[in-house]
Amino acid sequence: MIPELGQLALALALCLALVQGTLPLVGAGIGRADLMALARPAAAGQFVFVLLAFGTLVYAFLSDDFSVLFVAEHSNSALPVFYKATAAWGGHEGSMLLWITVLAIWTMAVAAGSRSQPQEFASRVLGVLGIVSAGVIAFAFFTSNPFLRLIPTPADGNDLNPLLQDPGMIFHPPTLYVGYVGASVPFAFAVAALLSGRLDKDWAKWTRPWTVVAWLFLTAGITLGSWWSYYELGWGGWWFWDPVENSSFMPWLMATALLHSLAVTERRGIFKSWTVLLAIAAFSLSLLGTFLTRAGVLISVHAFASDPTRGLFILGLLALFSGGGLLLYAIRAKNLEAEGGFKLVSREAFLLANNVLLVIATAVVLLGTLAPLIIEVAGLGKISVGPPYFNLMFLVPVFPLVALIGVGMHAGWRMMPGDALMRRLRVPALAAVIVGVVAPFIVFDTTSVLTAIAVSIALWVCASSLLDPVRRLVYRTGAPLTRGQMGMYLAHFGVGIFMLGATVASAYNFERDYSAKPGDTIQAGGYEFAFQSITETQGPNFVADEAQIELRKNGALIAVLNPQIRTYQVQTSPMTEAAIESNVLRDVFVALGEPLGAGAWSVRIRVKPLIGFLWFGAGLMALGGIVAISDRRYRLAARQTQPAAAQPATGAA
Amino acid sequence: MKSRTQRKLFMVVVLAGITLAGFLTYRALQENLLYFFSPTQVAAGEAPKRTFRLGGMVVAGSFKREPGTLNSSFVVTDNVHSVPVKYDRILPDLFREGAGAVVVGRMNDSGEFVGEEVIAKHDENYMPPEVAEALEKARAAQGK
Repeated sequence: MIPELGQLALALALCLALVQGTLPLVGAGIGRADLMALARPAAAGQFVFVLLAFGTLVYAFLSDDFSVLFVAEHSNSALPVFYKATAAWGGHEGSMLLWITVLAIWTMAVAAGSRSQPQEFASRVLGVLGIVSAGVIAFAFFTSNPFLRLIPTPADGNDLNPLLQDPGMIFHPPTLYVGYVGASVPFAFAVAALLSGRLDKDWAKWTRPWTVVAWLFLTAGITLGSWWSYYELGWGGWWFWDPVENSSFMPWLMATALLHSLAVTERRGIFKSWTVLLAIAAFSLSLLGTFLTRAGVLISVHAFASDPTRGLFILGLLALFSGGGLLLYAIRAKNLEAEGGFKLVSREAFLLANNVLLVIATAVVLLGTLAPLIIEVAGLGKISVGPPYFNLMFLVPVFPLVALIGVGMHAGWRMMPGDALMRRLRVPALAAVIVGVVAPFIVFDTTSVLTAIAVSIALWVCASSLLDPVRRLVYRTGAPLTRGQMGMYLAHFGVGIFMLGATVASAYNFERDYSAKPGDTIQAGGYEFAFQSITETQGPNFVADEAQIELRKNGALIAVLNPQIRTYQVQTSPMTEAAIESNVLRDVFVALGEPLGAGAWSVRIRVKPLIGFLWFGAGLMALGGIVAISDRRYRLAARQTQPAAAQPATGAA
Repeated sequence: MKSRTQRKLFMVVVLAGITLAGFLTYRALQENLLYFFSPTQVAAGEAPKRTFRLGGMVVAGSFKREPGTLNSSFVVTDNVHSVPVKYDRILPDLFREGAGAVVVGRMNDSGEFVGEEVIAKHDENYMPPEVAEALEKARAAQGK
């Protein structure tokens, strides 16, 4: 009975989404306030019913209701209760419901946060979000219903994929989805602005905080996913250029470009068309990502659904949303006029370069991701694009991009004398290049041109980001920093730290597979690994072979590592649980492979210097986003435009 | 007039830049494409000298290992032709006899495929789509 309740709730949510996606838009078009006023109640109602549907699914998991097909396929009575709840998004149907739930939360937040904006505009934004929501709920309801029954009811479930039984599973998908789905908000703002012809600085100011929030969740979600695959998949890599990784990374690149382009539009009223196009592109790429993942069109470790009707449905949605957005743009774009120009050396010019380079980077990733599909459709055979393509081609736009961050941050709006800029930056630039060339050689005894360039650029961005904060905090000169500026410096410092970590961890990575018996000691990567013993241990729903390996450096004990090979009771495939010893400067990673006979086991050893910088740097980027949206001007803007008759700001904005 | 020639020059530079970038991307892409070949295609001599992906079923009972070392060998088949594979790294968790596998590597002079990587899949019941297609093609060809 309860699962049917969830289904009913989903159907009602669909009806309300249709109301939200039509009447307020019509009302805004013909100027009827009563129709426009429907947007918020419809959004609120939809929110309640979507939450009810999601709650029902989680309840079905918690109560081991194996009469529900999706539960029977993805859970088991022996599954720890934590993972029963997260198994709700451990498969295609449930993760679509998570998508819908996240969109409902975003819509609610926009409904609450847009009270200070003109009713006509807010109704259009909510109307567009309603259309998106209706499309996705219809997709879930008709092609991926998580509430379908299974008759006869099995005694127990098929269990959750062991890879997904990990704390990472609790945080990674919801965080990523908040960012991914959040791309629909700038899209809705852009379409609403096109519809009303109101593409002005206010529009950019309203869009910007939402874009930053979506972007920072996307940043955090991708980072968590990368970290998860690093320690859980047991491969010791942190990025594989897998199609599914790419499909979250492309919207991230576009959202990053959008953030920067919005800054120009808000400040100077230029780049409007470009900003609108980026908003459409970011959302289209996040839908394309959904298509690639959910339709199983690409071979990928993540692709767990393959069903042609699903693919066609998502492709239809993609055509509708991006096509509709672009069509509207084509009709309205000629009305967009720039309010002023800018000089070659100015903040605007650097932000333009940022945008161009980010678009090139996205194109490189898109081409590599879609090439197998295009070649297969053209009948030229089955191919895959190797990581070397991405590693090489991605650096081409990224090196200048990151190098220019360091200059652009210090350039003024409109124009800036080039020699003043140069005078200000030449010392940190020179220092970064010297340290970048010399330091890797001193620390690791070897270096390469690519490493020297990458480390120099990374250090340069770090130094350049610290210039103003240090001047302000230590020497007490210059103007006080706004939260917006602090966020910018923090995020860009994070970019430098990330790049340093990524470069050093890749260039000086030690990795080898060994064969070892208990009692053996392996010398690897400057450490000794003393393989003491191997014992069997029992987990809640698995048994594991666990190794005891002493990690020593020059004879001194650092830690005892316990990598495991787990065999789960239901899905009997073995699973590697790596053991990682981390400190600030390096990770030592040990994973156990299969038994090799004659008492020996395969052991995978990796030593990755500075890999922690990578996660830390990405975290700083997200933190920079949080600091930036706490800037006073967004709160002030919300209060100032509040109509006098309305209630005082409740703080919801 | 000056601005017009300038604009023309600018366009030429931009076009040249795009062409160069396109050419470099094409080269990089081409050098890093990994083609897929089935055992039947390998037997017909269609496989290249360079690295490619070989896929098929791992023949039951074909997996052998020099005890206590990482050196292993197994046979990949599409039920018509077979290719012996040598591999000296850790096998992914989901590798097993009788299941589908995709191996990245190259042929050596004695007709063995030297694997550099066995591609892991999330799900034990999952059949790599190229393998499924290769098996189907081989079956169809034999049936005629």
